[in-house]
Amino acid sequence: MAAHTQTAAQVTRPAPPLNVWLPPVILGWVIPGGGHFLLKRTGRGALIFASVFLMFLFGLFMRGMMFTPQSGDVLTTLINYGGFVADIGTGALYLVAAMFGYSQPDMPGDVHDYGTKFLVTAGLLNILAMVDAYEIAAGRKD
Amino acid sequence: MPKITLSHFEAAFLFSLFTSVVMGITSKRTDKERLDYGVYCFACFLIALFGIAWLMRLGHG
Repeated sequence: MAAHTQTAAQVTRPAPPLNVWLPPVILGWVIPGGGHFLLKRTGRGALIFASVFLMFLFGLFMRGMMFTPQSGDVLTTLINYGGFVADIGTGALYLVAAMFGYSQPDMPGDVHDYGTKFLVTAGLLNILAMVDAYEIAAGRKD
Repeated sequence: MPKITLSHFEAAFLFSLFTSVVMGITSKRTDKERLDYGVYCFACFLIALFGIAWLMRLGHG
């Protein structure tokens, strides 16, 4: 029990100040890889930007659907809200596409389906990159 | 805006590539570990892609 508590105490670290981690995380959301650029990890930032941007672009070119928050039964609500959160994870890419009126109805077909998955995954990958930027800013990673 | 039509393989290949790059970057601590993990993820995606494709092919007879 004592050993278990000691291990937990060793793992638990104090949260870093807000002004340290918030700018890279916010910039990382707005511009994929931007947080890494701010933290002087330009190589990694460029790779993240290229991956997320190209994935989003392929999703648009395949006419993938962007989710909107809709309620219904539990599964419908979960899919639509989850998909919406993942879609807005791409930050400026999502906002610019929405601003230019990109709106694709949910259509049958494997290409459209792949497009939808590409758009969602681009957002999820950017969220992963934001978490990475947070860990770098907090000094938990190099 | 241009419209592209990718085959299943092309779409899955690109998906695997982009996902592996980001997972490699965000998951490990040194550049060597990142590269190794990215290549490992990509290989796993492709093995799963071909494995499941063959399973479906054999399952359909």
